[in-house]
Amino acid sequence: MADFVEVYDVTSEDFVTAGDASRNIKRILKKIGLDAKLIRRIAIASYESEINMAIHSYGGTITFEIEGDTIIVICKDTGPGIKDIEKAMTEGYSTASDSARAIGFGAGMGLPNIRNNSDKLDITSSKAGTTLIVTFNID
Amino acid sequence: MKVSEIRDILDAKLLCGQDKLDLDILSACGSDLMSDLLAFVKDSCVLLTGQTNFQVIKTAEMLDVECIIFVRGKIPTKEVCDLAKEVGMTLLQTDKTLYAACGLLYVEGLEPCERGDF
Repeated sequence: MADFVEVYDVTSEDFVTAGDASRNIKRILKKIGLDAKLIRRIAIASYESEINMAIHSYGGTITFEIEGDTIIVICKDTGPGIKDIEKAMTEGYSTASDSARAIGFGAGMGLPNIRNNSDKLDITSSKAGTTLIVTFNID
Repeated sequence: MKVSEIRDILDAKLLCGQDKLDLDILSACGSDLMSDLLAFVKDSCVLLTGQTNFQVIKTAEMLDVECIIFVRGKIPTKEVCDLAKEVGMTLLQTDKTLYAACGLLYVEGLEPCERGDF
């Protein structure tokens, strides 16, 4: 059982509210008083995941958990899934829509940046949805 | 370089954050791509961009960036400015292009932002 859990909804293609879950997560982490560099890494990875969900999925949830000395951000959407995870992990590869590109996203840096900022990234994906489990260790 | 110096070099208008004019800026990054900013920007960096939507403010907030310069005469909406004020961010606006604004700050000695350490 986690010490702390919060769940946030993420709506597909809502680029006004997208990012608010990650803003909340960052606020909580600041309140706890974690190291600023770790907070920044978690915020970036969470925000990239949230934006990805708004751009590419039908919507879903972000679950933020603190369990002992581990922080876990679970991003679970309801589809349509990532066709080729290996390609999606390649910097510069993107399938983002024109509306996402118009506001500055879709450079193909999202998933690689989530991986680089986290201590562990697990991705599972099918047509029924994608789940990202992003883990951070509190030193 | 202080925010007030950046304002003077770019002949920029202060949209909000009067109290941060003395803030020290160590480097700068110019892009309209939020994804690139999220991969490259370090602390104490100023962002130069032509994007004026909510996500610019949220991207900067995630990155601990305290100052954004809107180029090409772009002016964000009141709602976007309010969000910046809420998180204590300083916003500047200049008529110069992204290329010109970056060039002016570069020749005055403001360092480019290198890719962040992980």
